[in-house]
Amino acid sequence: MSNPYIVLPVLFQLFVAVILMFAWNRKNLQKLISVVGSLIALLISLWLLIKVNQEGIQTMQAGGWIAPFGITFVADTLSALLVVLTATSGLAVSVFSVGSVRNARIKFGYFPILHLLIMGLSGAFLTGDIFNLYVWFEIIIISSFVLITIGGEKAQLEGAIKYVAMNLLASVVFLTAIAILYGLTGSLNMADLSLQVANVSNRGLVNVTAILFLVGFGIKSAVFPLYFWLPASYHTPPPAISAIFGGLLTKVGVYAMLRVFTLIFIPDDFLTTVITVMALLTILSGGLGALMQNNIRKVFSYLIICHIGFMLAGLGIYSTARIAGATTNLFLVSGVIFKFKGTYSMRLLGGFYKEQPLMSLFMAIPLFSLVGIPPLSGFWGKLLLLEGAMDEYNILMIVFILLGSFLTLFIIAKLWAEVFWKDAQELPKKKYIRYFDELKPLKKQAMLASVVFLSLISLCIGFGAEWVMQLALRIAENLMDPSPYIQAVLGS
Amino acid sequence: MEILLVIIIGLLYAAGIYMMLRRSLVKLIIGLILLGNGANLLIFLLGKIVKGEPPIIGSTEKMLGELYADPVPQALILTAIVISFGLQAFAIILIKRAYKVVKTDDLDEMNATDEDL
Repeated sequence: MSNPYIVLPVLFQLFVAVILMFAWNRKNLQKLISVVGSLIALLISLWLLIKVNQEGIQTMQAGGWIAPFGITFVADTLSALLVVLTATSGLAVSVFSVGSVRNARIKFGYFPILHLLIMGLSGAFLTGDIFNLYVWFEIIIISSFVLITIGGEKAQLEGAIKYVAMNLLASVVFLTAIAILYGLTGSLNMADLSLQVANVSNRGLVNVTAILFLVGFGIKSAVFPLYFWLPASYHTPPPAISAIFGGLLTKVGVYAMLRVFTLIFIPDDFLTTVITVMALLTILSGGLGALMQNNIRKVFSYLIICHIGFMLAGLGIYSTARIAGATTNLFLVSGVIFKFKGTYSMRLLGGFYKEQPLMSLFMAIPLFSLVGIPPLSGFWGKLLLLEGAMDEYNILMIVFILLGSFLTLFIIAKLWAEVFWKDAQELPKKKYIRYFDELKPLKKQAMLASVVFLSLISLCIGFGAEWVMQLALRIAENLMDPSPYIQAVLGS
Repeated sequence: MEILLVIIIGLLYAAGIYMMLRRSLVKLIIGLILLGNGANLLIFLLGKIVKGEPPIIGSTEKMLGELYADPVPQALILTAIVISFGLQAFAIILIKRAYKVVKTDDLDEMNATDEDL
């Protein structure tokens, strides 16, 4: 059942990136192509999700080489849903970039690189080959390196060095793990590996490989104790870039963990304990870190870490999907506030609610969704997570989840009071920043539209939870029982 | 041969990690390069080293002989080398730019990202 169209979301992004390069010097044309391209990409990925939903898992064998010899692309519900989310965030960021990214950055190829990054993300979600996954990871990190350094400000370059060093290290660890895995089994196809790894007699080496994968993906997805590069770098580039990073880059690490630890390595007691402890400490350290910060973008950075802990704790996609959307929006919110006020400092901000009541309302949605207030999207994720923990009588996990949620609530309440309710102060105008009022109306609308768009999606998910819940249950089923996946790839 | 490779790989990993732990930016990059080479050799070693048997099916035969070299690790290494070459080129330019802007190559003095804005 080979379906060549499942790589369409990947190929289309490449196509858009190439077209954009032909419009190198024409900024406005680039903006138009990027937004239209992102919109079409979203439609394509939605089509893929519907197709997977109706006809089951879709596969594509590259070059007609039958698995496990060639490179396989697989779209199951999890992959397809994440591709849709990537396209959604991509569209929002693309629209936001129209208003917020400075011309100097566009001149150095901001838009083509953005689309190459989204291509890498879609590819990583769709591939069924572990070495191919490594290649997609490299495409993602090289694009993100360019995005994080483009503009070349001092803080950006310093943040980039930390980011580049940790990501290259993670890649080497990942590559080492692949090498050992190949030596053990002689296969790279994930479905085939699932069968082969179970037959390896040297269990010690299998566990070492599993830990190497855990460390490699752990660095990329910023879990405790490997997250220190994230708060040092994510707040340095422009908000549009932070948004796509925060929303998607760390999630691809979580996705890889989900895949590898449900398909290839079935965690034994030791591994389960390690993952759970890491997840719980990630929740705690992310929450406490956010509490200490004054710069709102750093607060969001730590909140991302905190919520990666939640995702890991569930190893459940339901929360992953929702939170990815919510965090993308958070950084966009910070960007809009910055444009209004010209600072990210919580102490200096204030009076936002009085000036922009309607916008504040839309900004409240992603903030409250992150806390998990019903009926917003974050609520259902946390509810499912808690139910799962209760079913297993895992008291420690319940305590940490509630504690993490409480910390998030406290931080968001503090942020709301400081930024939105506190009386505004007179701020000295900074010359080098273009304030929101001075922007052209189209740019203003583009920035606000993307925040409203993501907030509305969050609301829709919250209210249409029944439909999302079914999707989540199907994903959970697929993860718990990988045999349909294996069958779809290898044939019966 | 295998023992020799094992020792070299171990040394490359150890040296790479040691270099990464130093404070100088240049040493950080050298460390990453050493680690990358170590990983490539590891793939080569774990692909099982076989002497002088290319994986080519002769014109008169229908399948490979009993002993042949696995071509996959070489393809993997080639891919990894190309990728790491690109990444290293980027990283070297990055440290050069960072050195010009920050005016230090000591990682401990790069604290701008921790300042309160």
